[in-house]
Amino acid sequence: MTDALTRAGTATAAPSKRRRRAPGWLAVAPLLVVTAIAFGIPALAMLNGAFTVKDQATGATSYSISNLTGSLQGAYLTALLGSVKLSALSAAISAVLGLFLAQAVVTSRSRALREAVLTASGVLANFGGVPLAFAFVATLGNSGVLTQRLALKDTGWNLYSFSGLTLVYLYFLIPLMVLTITPALEGLRTQWREAAQNNGATHAQYWRHVALPVLGPSLLGGFVLLFGSAFAAYATAAAMVGSSVPLVTLQIADALSGNVLVGQENVALALSLDMVLVAGLVMAVYLPLQRRSVRWLA
Amino acid sequence: MARLNLWRWAVLGLAALYFLVPLGASVVFSVDVNDEVTFDAYSRIVATGGFVSSLVLALELAAATIALVLLLLVPATVALRLGAPRLRPVVEVVCSLPLVVPPIAFVAGISTVLKWGPDYLSRTPLFQTIVAIQNPDFPFVLVLAYVVMALPFAYRALDAGLRAVDVPTLVEAARSCGASPAQALLRAVLPNLRGALLNASFLTLALVLGEYTVAHLLGYQPFAVWIVDISGSQAQMSVAVSVLSLLVTWVLLLALAALSGRRAPSRSVSQGMTTP
Repeated sequence: MTDALTRAGTATAAPSKRRRRAPGWLAVAPLLVVTAIAFGIPALAMLNGAFTVKDQATGATSYSISNLTGSLQGAYLTALLGSVKLSALSAAISAVLGLFLAQAVVTSRSRALREAVLTASGVLANFGGVPLAFAFVATLGNSGVLTQRLALKDTGWNLYSFSGLTLVYLYFLIPLMVLTITPALEGLRTQWREAAQNNGATHAQYWRHVALPVLGPSLLGGFVLLFGSAFAAYATAAAMVGSSVPLVTLQIADALSGNVLVGQENVALALSLDMVLVAGLVMAVYLPLQRRSVRWLA
Repeated sequence: MARLNLWRWAVLGLAALYFLVPLGASVVFSVDVNDEVTFDAYSRIVATGGFVSSLVLALELAAATIALVLLLLVPATVALRLGAPRLRPVVEVVCSLPLVVPPIAFVAGISTVLKWGPDYLSRTPLFQTIVAIQNPDFPFVLVLAYVVMALPFAYRALDAGLRAVDVPTLVEAARSCGASPAQALLRAVLPNLRGALLNASFLTLALVLGEYTVAHLLGYQPFAVWIVDISGSQAQMSVAVSVLSLLVTWVLLLALAALSGRRAPSRSVSQGMTTP
């Protein structure tokens, strides 16, 4: 009986070990093929188009970097800088406010509060796009509830502006920061604070010399993550401000919808390439920082 | 200590104010007509042109996307656990690449490819394919785009779920009991992955239902695009629909949080890069 079982066991185990390599490839292949088609082809098309220039008169195409240089001039440059400015400002504000909020939650001993804030952050950080834009239009837009009740118009308030957009972006960026920074804050040992106090350090000195250096990579990582998130945002801005605030995503959308001069379509692709480069840079900064901050949490 | 508590409550109070006021104001905005409370905006929604068709389209797209994502990812992630570890970096890179390309840049690439159809391919069979995937009744091109956009979250959700399961032992046990490889996968591995599969499906669902950028720029009208289209003429109703769609999405995500343990779906890099 036992003998038969072991023999059956080895009989099935041996060939399955040999067959494993082939099923491995076979199971992964569909994923690779579909991404190659659905992601690879558009990505290559974008790259190719960004460097292609079409002569309007002859219809001949040639490769050059004139689209890219064009995308870094005039209105396009203004939009690119506008996006960078908006993303950097809203990411910086959210990083600071998110740190305060997360610290308030982590240091409170209420487990229920902690769970509630983290769950709410998970939900709110996913709250972007169109509904967010309309919630703020209903609140602070031209005929918004608060705008009318508080007569904000007289104070010159305008939601459809750079500062209005910043205020809206905080709504999904702060929760994202809370989610990113909470594990790092939880990694700060109480012993470190006690050790600092025993050595006569003040509250401020503890933060300056112990807590912030340890949190540094996480904070910076959180900031670039928020920056990337704000930089790529399109739906919120499009549904809210149309194109009254110069942003690179809105410019690309305009160019794709044919709202610009003929022959400028490839500039949209060049702008897209600019965006990919910025997003790639963000990831290149974020991933190593994240790995570094993980060390403290182990 | 008392001062610290005061400071903490001030922070929490301000945060609550900032996050709750827009939600409350949206509800007020959608029910308040000349200082009278009316649910007119909500009751008119269903009768408004385009509501049903756009919602149905969004749900169909979501269903197709979820099916395709799971079909592609489940065999691949299980195979990685079963003894193809050398493929792991490949799959990880493939599933993270979409993070580096913002949706608007992605759709710029897609629309360039779609233009090749009439420009270069009109005499080849590929032309028919390009026409077919743009069928306005069911634009499969959107499904392909959404699959790519959902890959990073879905992969992470499945990978995290698989980490908690000892797949090789499970499969070996099933095989020793006489199960075929397919049976082992379907009846031993998948039931253990229920949480991870739900997780991946919900994240994909939330992504597809809220997606605006790609659908709008390719000229289709699923739900999110429809809301923006009616906002010009029916501001009140567009806010009402936003409130409703928020509630639905949040209930879904909270259900997910409850199902998958305590904490909310911790939003990884990916979502931060793509959703808004």
